[in-house]
Amino acid sequence: MVELKVDWKPRDENTVFHHPIERIDGVEKASGFAKYSTDYAGLHTRLLTSPHAHAKITSIDLSPLKDVAGVKAAYVFPQRAPDGDTLFEINWEGTPIAAVAAETPAQAAQGAKAIKIEYEVLDHFVDEDDLEAAAARGLSKPGRRESVDGDPDAAIKNADVVHKGHYGIHSITHCCLEPHGSTCAWNGDDKLDVQLSTQNVSGTGGQFAGAPEIGIDAANVTVNCEYIGGGFGSKFAADEWGIACAALAKQAGRPVQLHLGRRAELGVAGSRPSGFADVTIAAKSDGTIVAWDSHHWGTNGIKGGTVSQVPYVIQPEHRRVRTTGIVTNTGPARAWRAPNHPQACALTCTVIDDLAAALGMDPLDVFLKNVGISTGSQLSNPAEVYQAEMETAAELMDWRGKWKGRGQWDDSGWKRGLGMALHTWGGRAGGGSCTIKVHPDGTVETFAGTQDIGTGTRTCIAQVVAETFGLPLSAVQVNIGSNKYPPSGPSGGSTTIGGVSGPHRRAAIDALGRIFDKVAAKYDVDAAQLSADGENVVAGGKTVCTWRQAAGLLGPMGLEVMGEGPKNDGLTSAGVGGVQMVDLSVDPETGRVRINKYVAVQDIGTIVNHQLAKSQVLGAMIQCIAYGLSEERIMDNASGRFINANLRDYKLPRIGDIGELVVEFYEPDEQYNKGVVGLGEPPVISGGAAIANAVANAIGVRVPVIPLTPKRILDALASA
Amino acid sequence: MAATAVATRGEPAVAAQDGNTNVVSGAKEITLNVNGEDRKVTVEPRTSLLEVLRDQLGLTGCKDLQDIYVDGADTVMIDGKATYAGTTFALQAEGKKIRTVESLRDGRSIDPVIAGFVKHDGLQCGYCTPGFVVATRAFLEQNPTASLEEIRKGLGGNVCRCGTYDGITKCALELAKGGA
Repeated sequence: MVELKVDWKPRDENTVFHHPIERIDGVEKASGFAKYSTDYAGLHTRLLTSPHAHAKITSIDLSPLKDVAGVKAAYVFPQRAPDGDTLFEINWEGTPIAAVAAETPAQAAQGAKAIKIEYEVLDHFVDEDDLEAAAARGLSKPGRRESVDGDPDAAIKNADVVHKGHYGIHSITHCCLEPHGSTCAWNGDDKLDVQLSTQNVSGTGGQFAGAPEIGIDAANVTVNCEYIGGGFGSKFAADEWGIACAALAKQAGRPVQLHLGRRAELGVAGSRPSGFADVTIAAKSDGTIVAWDSHHWGTNGIKGGTVSQVPYVIQPEHRRVRTTGIVTNTGPARAWRAPNHPQACALTCTVIDDLAAALGMDPLDVFLKNVGISTGSQLSNPAEVYQAEMETAAELMDWRGKWKGRGQWDDSGWKRGLGMALHTWGGRAGGGSCTIKVHPDGTVETFAGTQDIGTGTRTCIAQVVAETFGLPLSAVQVNIGSNKYPPSGPSGGSTTIGGVSGPHRRAAIDALGRIFDKVAAKYDVDAAQLSADGENVVAGGKTVCTWRQAAGLLGPMGLEVMGEGPKNDGLTSAGVGGVQMVDLSVDPETGRVRINKYVAVQDIGTIVNHQLAKSQVLGAMIQCIAYGLSEERIMDNASGRFINANLRDYKLPRIGDIGELVVEFYEPDEQYNKGVVGLGEPPVISGGAAIANAVANAIGVRVPVIPLTPKRILDALASA
Repeated sequence: MAATAVATRGEPAVAAQDGNTNVVSGAKEITLNVNGEDRKVTVEPRTSLLEVLRDQLGLTGCKDLQDIYVDGADTVMIDGKATYAGTTFALQAEGKKIRTVESLRDGRSIDPVIAGFVKHDGLQCGYCTPGFVVATRAFLEQNPTASLEEIRKGLGGNVCRCGTYDGITKCALELAKGGA
């Protein structure tokens, strides 16, 4: 068989791949025809959840349900901590206790309300920032990390400038607009069909099958997810409410849909841990950072873990880092887009910005200088790439022309400021496989058990395959979203586009080679000289046959080949970085912030689709504006409750809150030649710090804790 | 469906709005005009328009975020005005012209707003998108030559988590400039 080289085409020879193609499922989504898990009909379910942050259940009485019209099934979540007479120990508000399935949502709600539960209420603690209070109650514990590199004490003592400060970033939640959940339908006693809102199509079937309440063969579970309404790292599992849905459907003998209510969605379906830190940073008068000494703490809920990776990207020669975890009765953490990085970036890049102010230097110069001398292993790119990206961003922002030191802006009324920060990420391709079928008429189908979490997975697959065969996009039918297709990895950690583009390219090249062999035999030409140009198979510029004729040589069965990945053949790679800069204005009377212009410069290796890649960055920037300025899980220590768990009080930006956004990819030829790298996480990392730094530059004082709400800004101004 | 004597707070609101003092309780068959067709549905006083559209008419383009309906994913047009279906009782919509996102596509023929969302990639996961499309269509009908500032204010009733506002803004601005 002819051996075709496995690589991407030279950059300027692509016609579909590496082009800004509209997403192929865009019309389905925008017209409301795309079906999500919530759109499959079934009995309606209402969860009964705990109003208490810490409690034991002493009794559950489902008997009142028999008087509620329309109720078809009820479920009590199985024991978590069997302890004598108690059924549950509840460790956070919103813990699901029971679920009721009924004909209408109102009847399900009536049913949930009718269930009688008695609690023994226990003490709770939900204050994420108060290290002393946590320690006094025995709820703080040493973190996983206590490290010393070099001699930080001596370096701080001998430094020209030393800055100390307190910094923090509060917990946020994933807040998927499509709540977590599924619609489950049984086909007989032992076959289960699940429409699951999941980032993990191929990995969740076994979780349903293996649950004690389900207990069927994994081969008998079908998981489908054609479309998913947001995941952001929180939808990798069947989850206990998925099992509940399947159990209710079995009990009712009818399909059941169970999706979390908004309060539970925000409270228990995933959060991003908080981080707070006391930091000392020291530098030479030329801006060289020589030492870092920090103690940081925070919470990921009842497990008491905290964030790591501080200091971030820039690693001074001398450093000491100590961490403390706080145990809180708050909803558990799940991977939130770029786990650890936004917090680590916020707890580092804000400190460096304050150091720059103490040095009387432009922070751009301090960052430029220090990426070049960083001693750690966190730089995903050579320092020169970061420096080039900073210069590009500075140009787009006109940073050099605009920048003034804190309090030196000539403005009255709204105060203007500039801020910046850096980030890094891996983005290596996830594991996965696919099959590609070439039909005798030349049309192509692809199958992979992957998912589109909004990135544009279908479109990227179609581009890779169409480019390889020289076909128009419309000739390729992409099938994803079922665990009956070849398994593909979960969409987390920016692994999907690399994870699907490698296997599909490999499979398509393999198929092409097999077709060329048939053409070579039939038309007596050298298979190694053949190429596919869109309509024809050609050799040396001469048409040998049409694509359709070539495919026809496969016989009535056509051809099916499999592709796998990742492999070290250069199609995919890892390690990206970027810089973000923000120009904003602050109203000192109200504490309101207005984004004027926000620039992101990002490298991501080989770009499959510039339009979709740009959307990833734009979306991440808007999420940075959210957690930078307004989005926060607010816990009330008196009641133990998450007091803003709805979309009115959990403040996300609206369309008028984003300002002018500028996205620029750093893509010289060496980036194109690097291979495909994931993009989802990196651009969501540094915006929070950049916004916080711009506010400090604008108002002349550090607002130490993110999000920078009007109250925190006014408090900082009042204390200045 | 069981009859219920539950008095809802919606009833006085319905009565006040429509000048109709009939007290309604229990399930009742009514006719709603949806996307140009009269459709018979069975509703209780507490039944929202969103519930009827999704569960009885299979029009799942409008989404239920299981919230207090301030998010816009449930946006439909009632007599041309963008309205949250989740805060509208089905009874309130009787006798009015209801349009859902599904009316903006007929096979391959699509409304320019849908084409604009796709062209400017004003969508990612797509869950908020149909509601945003309807809001944009209604907004442009009322404000065919809207400015950037008007778009930023006028489309503030919809929330997106993925962060697709930039593409939506560009879509609306292009349609406003070109006359949508």
